Amino acid sequence: MTFTADEMMSVAAARSLTDGAACFVGIGLPSTAANLARRTHAPDLVLIYESGTLGAKPDRLPLSIGDGVLADTADSVVSVPEIFNYWLQPGRIDFGFLGGAQIDRFGNINSTVIGDDYADPKVRLPGAGGAPEIAASCKEVLVVMRQSTRSFVESVDFISSVGYGRGAGDRERLGLRGRGPVKVITDLGVLEPDPRTCELTLTRLSPGVSVEQVRAATGWNLEVADPPTVQEPPTDTELRVLRELKATIGAEA
Amino acid sequence: MARILALDEAIAELVADGDVIALEGFTHLIPVAAGHEIIRQRKRDLVLCRMTPDIVYDQLIGAGCARKLVFSWGGNPGVGSLHRFRDAVQHSWPVPLEIEEHSHAGMANRYAAGASGLPFAILRGYTGTDLPAHTDSIKTVTCPFTGEELAAVPALNPDVGIVHAQQADRQGNVQLWGITGVQKETVLAAKRSLVTVEEVVDELTPRPGAVVLPTWAVTAVAEVPGGAHPSYAQGYSERDNDHYRRWDAISRDRAEFEAWLDREGLVERSAR
Repeated sequence: MTFTADEMMSVAAARSLTDGAACFVGIGLPSTAANLARRTHAPDLVLIYESGTLGAKPDRLPLSIGDGVLADTADSVVSVPEIFNYWLQPGRIDFGFLGGAQIDRFGNINSTVIGDDYADPKVRLPGAGGAPEIAASCKEVLVVMRQSTRSFVESVDFISSVGYGRGAGDRERLGLRGRGPVKVITDLGVLEPDPRTCELTLTRLSPGVSVEQVRAATGWNLEVADPPTVQEPPTDTELRVLRELKATIGAEA
Repeated sequence: MARILALDEAIAELVADGDVIALEGFTHLIPVAAGHEIIRQRKRDLVLCRMTPDIVYDQLIGAGCARKLVFSWGGNPGVGSLHRFRDAVQHSWPVPLEIEEHSHAGMANRYAAGASGLPFAILRGYTGTDLPAHTDSIKTVTCPFTGEELAAVPALNPDVGIVHAQQADRQGNVQLWGITGVQKETVLAAKRSLVTVEEVVDELTPRPGAVVLPTWAVTAVAEVPGGAHPSYAQGYSERDNDHYRRWDAISRDRAEFEAWLDREGLVERSAR
């Protein structure tokens, strides 16, 4: 079956989630990927939404993090202070799944403002929401974002959530408990932090995408693993399940 | 004892110009009708608090009711941006909007401290982000036992806390269930509170896991069936997702938005 770059991205994101893990899910691409994973290789994935639903098993894609289908199918529904204080903060969640408007070479994410003047921004974005503590406290963070020079920038205009700060050792210095962004999954491939410098490096290409294409869509001088591997294309089952899922919500997500 | 009032009476009595108010509801049970009544009564200079300002706050901001927003995520959930909020921040229309910006965990803990009667809350958060540099209400404290440095945020004690719930009884005891967000904390943190409900019943049926706000912890209850629309009330109504999508087009344009205010009977054009 033929597939789009976005479908490859959703499938690659879903494959990054391991069965039985607990995953803190945001709406949009992360939610699509997490629900796809639960319907394919990870039936026991525990979906946690910041609205307070623990172990949601929605039979369609939720339109928002507080969709009634999440409460109806959850193991438990708890208050918002509880979800952040008891479940996220102590490090009980395996994966945090984030997106944003901008990401930089060290995996710091901006979802607050575009422009260098916070008080007089070029574009006011929604804000950090749950991301600062998700990025700090989950054991590992996965990021899923479409790649372009507008979104993959040398340095973000505002740090809403921390990746590796200014490089190796910064997370430890700041006292952040989780490992940070272990994978950035895009429509062109996958970036992973260099084990030595923590700088995001191209490690995998989507089928049919060249290193030059990814470099052209990146706002810094992108390092490339030698040689990057090529991702397995989506299987027919993955594509069918993904399309069925997206049909439950319309064009969005 | 909570008094059972009509919505317009309750807003007139409880909300004054310049008040700090919080309308909470996490996607579910958002007190939208109460927000519209605030617009209708032309309340001004409000400090609006809400974790997730969504379309009812977009409407309050666009109608010129707010001077400041205290929040952690402002968007049209599942759809995109809040255009009236953006217009106020980027172009001061219709009036300048000051912002005080937090994370979700920070806001949730501010309400919890407020409900607990404590001056501040601590959390392991914000570290390394740019939020503390732009928000005066984020500081750090040192743990007196371990020496660890933690974030401190002040209690949020709104003048008025407003939430929507499924049911109240005739004595003003309130019961809500499903996704309960920070509603309990908001009512308990606020100096005065209003709960709009789908239905006033003779007797509440106990439900496992439901939040009960006893009548003596609530100032006023108003029966407003459908008062959460376009959000939803579990057991009573579904979320009107099309309404959220339609709001995007209405809110993008100032004239479209003003026509909407007129159409909804929220503001007479001559009064603006």
